Amino acid sequence: MAAWILIAIIVVFVFWAIMLYNRLIGLRNQVLNGWRQIDVQLKRRHDLIPNLVNTVRGAMEFERDTLTQVMEARARAVSATGPADAARKEGELTQALGRLFAVAENYPALKANENVKMLQEELTSTENKVGFARQFYNDIATKFNTSQQTFPSNMFAAMLGFKPAELFEITDATERQVPTVDLSMRKG
Amino acid sequence: MNLLEQQASNRRRTWAVMLVFVAFLFFLGYGFDRFYLGLGPVPFPIGSVFALGLGGVSAWSSYFAGDRAVLLSAGAVPLEQAALPASEDAKLKYRQLENVVDEMSIAAGLPRPKIYIVPDPDPNAFATGRDAPHASIAVTQGLLDTVNRDELQGVIAHELSHVRNLDIRLMTVIAAMVGAAALIADWTSRGLQIGGGSRSRNREKGGGALGLVLLVIWLVAVVLAPVIGQALAMMVSRRREYLADASGAELTRNPMALASALAKIDSAVDPTASIKRGTAHLCIADPLGRAVGLREGTWANLFASHPPMAQRIAALREMAFQK
Repeated sequence: MAAWILIAIIVVFVFWAIMLYNRLIGLRNQVLNGWRQIDVQLKRRHDLIPNLVNTVRGAMEFERDTLTQVMEARARAVSATGPADAARKEGELTQALGRLFAVAENYPALKANENVKMLQEELTSTENKVGFARQFYNDIATKFNTSQQTFPSNMFAAMLGFKPAELFEITDATERQVPTVDLSMRKG
Repeated sequence: MNLLEQQASNRRRTWAVMLVFVAFLFFLGYGFDRFYLGLGPVPFPIGSVFALGLGGVSAWSSYFAGDRAVLLSAGAVPLEQAALPASEDAKLKYRQLENVVDEMSIAAGLPRPKIYIVPDPDPNAFATGRDAPHASIAVTQGLLDTVNRDELQGVIAHELSHVRNLDIRLMTVIAAMVGAAALIADWTSRGLQIGGGSRSRNREKGGGALGLVLLVIWLVAVVLAPVIGQALAMMVSRRREYLADASGAELTRNPMALASALAKIDSAVDPTASIKRGTAHLCIADPLGRAVGLREGTWANLFASHPPMAQRIAALREMAFQK
């Protein structure tokens, strides 16, 4: 009798372990996918910037410094290695872009230019997409971590080879300040 | 409740609704056989089979083709088509809409739904389609002209939450079932007035007390079916609206933007003419532009597809810690 109970307990435990493993694998794949989604959006942002710079170059002849800074910040962001480095350099790029748009406020011809408006919209959207992709990544990574760290999974998750995923955090204090990238094209 | 529990509970609700309506349609059909045709306990339940068939076909077709029918009846145009003849400024707006839908799909982790424009000056928006891969979102031209980028994001997040929570599937099936029940009840009561009465009374003489009680229950069911069905459907719909507001705010992390969009939509008092009555429960705001009171639960609100706007805005302000 006791032997049967022991066997039953072992069977239940094995089933539970299999379910735990599969759930964690599913979540880990979602976390990886969320991570790649951030990369996709960052890539898009890097691709858009040369367009923007070329469009505004003619009108902003006297702002070569600002334009060069944007291009340099972009080059650094493209060649960033690792998440922490990338987060810092992307932050710098955001600031350089913020300065560019602030300066562009002084050029009425630019503000009225349809191409610039469209590029402005694209960049705003890409910034948002990066933000939402990070938000989604953080949500799913938190879920992944929680299911590893709650009892009783916490006793076996590490044994099955799972590690908590790293969350995105704002590391640089200057990045907390929202750059003004508004050419006041928002109506209402 | 988290997202998976929401979806699971909506799937359960869909099944429960179908079961209740199947039982109800069966009962309507049974009474039709027994009291109208006067057949008594027959080997083949004609009325029930007919009623169930009608309910089934209507639910089936709206499940698979309902989105196309809804878009067609609203006169919705695909975004790419609407953008072709547009001016530069309008193109910018359309591009903005496209981007906002993309952003919200990323935030929700869903495939991007198809986007439609409804040429109507009243601000409104709706989502349709049975699940996320088949979803469509339609916004009126009026909405694009009225709200700013952040507010548009709030509205799209609300609609995408309907998609994500499987609200559309639930409400589509409920609407089809209520429609079928109402239609059958209507036919039956009309038939009774015309003169099936005398014939069935003759046959029923031997039915006894039980038969009489059944007859009364059946008559009450026939009369009240459309009313009760509609009230139940709208009760479910109002709960789903609150939830979509909340989970939309979870996507944008900006409840105040949706609140101010709702205020703008609310201040446009005209009804959205191109959105038909049957689509009301899919919209961001009641397209009929009904004046609803401040409190939920009054008689006037029993048949409203949406909670009072003031209450929705108050709930969103609370989420933003702004009482």
